Amino acid sequence: MSLNLLLVQLLNGAQLGILLFLVAAGLTLVFGVMDFINLAHGVQYMLGAYVAATLGTLLGSFWLGLLLALPVSLLIGLLLEWVVFRHLYRRDHLAQVLATFGVILTVEDAVRAIWGSSPLAVPQPEGFAGGIEIMPGLTYPSFRLAIIAAGLLVALGLWLLVDRTRAGMLVRAGATNAPMVSALGVDIHKLFTLVFGIGAMLAGFAGALAGPVFAVAPGMGDGVLILAFVVIVIGGIGSIRGAFVAAILVGLIDTLGRAMLPDLLRLVMDASSARQTGAALASMLVYIVMAAILFLSPAGLFPVRRG
Amino acid sequence: MNRRALLGTAAAATFSGAMPGLVRAQAPGIKVGFVATLSGAGAALGTQLRDGWLLAVKHLDGKLGGLPAETLVIDDELKPDVAVTKVRAALERDKVNVVAGLVYSNILQAVFRPVTESGTFLISANAGPSTFAGRGCNPLFFTTSYQNDQVHATMGQVAQDEGYKRVFVMVPNYQAGKDAAAGFKSRFKGEVVDEIYVPLTQLDFSTELAKIAAAKPDAIFTFMPGALGVNLVRQYRQAGLASTPFLSSFTVDESTLPAQGEAALGFYTAANWAPDFPNEVSRRFVRDFEAAYGYVPGTYAAQAYDAAMLVDDGVKQAGGRLADKAALRAAMEKPGFTSVRGNFRMGANHYPVQDFYLCKVAKRPDGKLATETVRKVLSEDTDPYAAECRMR
Repeated sequence: MSLNLLLVQLLNGAQLGILLFLVAAGLTLVFGVMDFINLAHGVQYMLGAYVAATLGTLLGSFWLGLLLALPVSLLIGLLLEWVVFRHLYRRDHLAQVLATFGVILTVEDAVRAIWGSSPLAVPQPEGFAGGIEIMPGLTYPSFRLAIIAAGLLVALGLWLLVDRTRAGMLVRAGATNAPMVSALGVDIHKLFTLVFGIGAMLAGFAGALAGPVFAVAPGMGDGVLILAFVVIVIGGIGSIRGAFVAAILVGLIDTLGRAMLPDLLRLVMDASSARQTGAALASMLVYIVMAAILFLSPAGLFPVRRG
Repeated sequence: MNRRALLGTAAAATFSGAMPGLVRAQAPGIKVGFVATLSGAGAALGTQLRDGWLLAVKHLDGKLGGLPAETLVIDDELKPDVAVTKVRAALERDKVNVVAGLVYSNILQAVFRPVTESGTFLISANAGPSTFAGRGCNPLFFTTSYQNDQVHATMGQVAQDEGYKRVFVMVPNYQAGKDAAAGFKSRFKGEVVDEIYVPLTQLDFSTELAKIAAAKPDAIFTFMPGALGVNLVRQYRQAGLASTPFLSSFTVDESTLPAQGEAALGFYTAANWAPDFPNEVSRRFVRDFEAAYGYVPGTYAAQAYDAAMLVDDGVKQAGGRLADKAALRAAMEKPGFTSVRGNFRMGANHYPVQDFYLCKVAKRPDGKLATETVRKVLSEDTDPYAAECRMR
């Protein structure tokens, strides 16, 4: 593999990582701060993509669709919180998993009823049609650069919000010891609702950004959700910084594994079995790394201290 | 019917704008259990299949072979166990005379024995696995589609005819993907630069696209059904690789084109039919289909249309005597109807002997995207397993 190709693959890995971070950030906030396992996070990602695609087609502009998808995702998130999730905070994780899994089934079938089962047509972002030639014959779409920029901005914004504002301080305090914060006169439920709303909006934002690149179809959130869980477990549950580092790590491992394993295995076995074992190993690699990291550091790379 | 199935049916009904359910008729008539995947990931194909069948029955004035026809639409939910339960109920309770439809091979494999062992005819309108084409062929089983290998082999022949020296192959890492690669290589004799096997859950193809760009092949061959194909086609175009010919099977067709949009323009696929076929039967089929259901029919719908015509013609030839299975079978082995494909006959293993075409995605004058025939690649092609079939 040439150096140029390796650099391109590193870029691809970083970009996949940033997309994963956008999904994982909301998940880690909700999981870390509220100790709430929200399997329906992937559904919120899917709804963001559908809403953005539908509104974008209706209004004839991808960017308008993206912009409007944010408040709609927020509203959907708050509605789900009010109807279902609010009643689960005091229950154990198993009840949360069961109930949010039920939300996945219900919402996915509702999406099929409204939009049908075929992947949706998505308006392409205006002004981002072209790209940069990063190696002979290969264009790097400029929209993907926009996704990277958006991911970095979200990371920065979240860091500022959680580490540098009063609301962020309360969120951190609530994560450490909720009853104490509540006793100090802070409305902890309002705080949790706020956190949940931000998480839902981030998921919707990620979905809306993914629309022009990936297929917008029922179930599109499931695969992403699994990887997002891997990211937050590796990163340390509740840690934004951990989610960022872990997302980039997972993106790089997945990409480089897919790019290089089949070729590496060819050194020790024949071509056709190297290709198939390589492909199988590459798709397992992320989980193997997760297991290894959990073995060495059970609370993840950036463990959040709890009171 | 559980809640999921109910929701699925409701979803399908909302979308096609027509609720087929039961089309009641006077006894004695012919009852057909039509199995299609109408909920879950494969629902787009099942909807095409069902609509194609129902249009044929409509064209035949609600009759099959002169007998009033009743179609029981069965949603297999893409779950073999669900399909078997529902098909058994249709056989035992509803006493269907024929079971037809079937999008996916694994569903066909599950219902095959229950149906044929009850002495009922089984007509596949899409699934065409090798299992029942060779030694496993059965006198009660017919298909109006193809044997899967033929479609991939057609693309192999195209690459060979075009004189491509180096082709890059990329398929999903499961049995059908491996079969696709093998089918392609059965007729392509040049160099396969590299073969990539991607997981079925693959989202981002940028890693693979970079490898393709680095390898600089004369063309790529791929088989990426459903949402995988939507991802790949968009990203292939966005990565500026479209100048490398995109040869595919089941990747760009009428079920995925609405989502792929103009990104798929000029991409190639292999098929036994395309909506621009000039013959009169096909033109009427496409015109009425679009008027009734509001979308462009693909091969799935066309094959289901032919499946209904096969049953209609068979029952007619047998003089309407459904109990005379030998006569019905003999009739369906020599079908007298005119297929939307024009050239069409049944092989000894009850798989069609037909022509295969190279097709290309193009924009029709009305702005809709559809596949268009470029040229005929294989003439009167018989599948490679037919010779092993000993029909009892």
